[in-house]
Amino acid sequence: MSKATIIVHSGDMDKLYSALIIGNGALAMGMDASLYFTFWGLMRLKKGGLEKGPLSKMHFLGLGKWMVKRKMKQANVRSLEKMITDFRELGGKIFACDMTMEIMGIQKEDLRQDLITEYAAVGTYIKEAKESDVTLFI
Amino acid sequence: MNENVTIVDCVGETCPVPLVETRKAIRKASPGDIIEVIGTHPASKKEIPMAVKELGLELISIEEEGNMWKIRIKMR
Repeated sequence: MSKATIIVHSGDMDKLYSALIIGNGALAMGMDASLYFTFWGLMRLKKGGLEKGPLSKMHFLGLGKWMVKRKMKQANVRSLEKMITDFRELGGKIFACDMTMEIMGIQKEDLRQDLITEYAAVGTYIKEAKESDVTLFI
Repeated sequence: MNENVTIVDCVGETCPVPLVETRKAIRKASPGDIIEVIGTHPASKKEIPMAVKELGLELISIEEEGNMWKIRIKMR
């Protein structure tokens, strides 16, 4: 089966949306999908952290994010929480980078273990990416 | 034989919800079942048939009325 592997390096809210929309899209089109959370992206997998990211541009101390969120609500865009739950429900895999955990002093208990499929390092990513038709770094 | 029909209501939903909800219904359905997706998101009207093709399922019909569309899928 064809597969999409996405590195989620950014913790920005808008980029997390991109990663999850593409991941869900891949699953919906019948592909396998893996999201590999590392660095700032991994911060979003901390308990209560999913929606906490700033906007990558025009954040304006939170005002920009507030405006974008309001627009998203008007357009009926799903929350990140719902999107990531959908992703898991459709069989998507979520990897947490264990080196980031070490550097940032994050314990498994700090993370959303309900969402994480595996704790892994670069070898796992390369193996996944090698088998993939779509790979992205977000 | 009675057809098992699942309705997926995505009226008012936007990307990627119609695609995701359709996929969820497909995962739960059995061969021979019918899935009927209704929605208003214009891009999904094109993309759900693309997904149906990728998944090797049968596209029965696409109907449109105003800004609403209805896509019928048969499981194989």
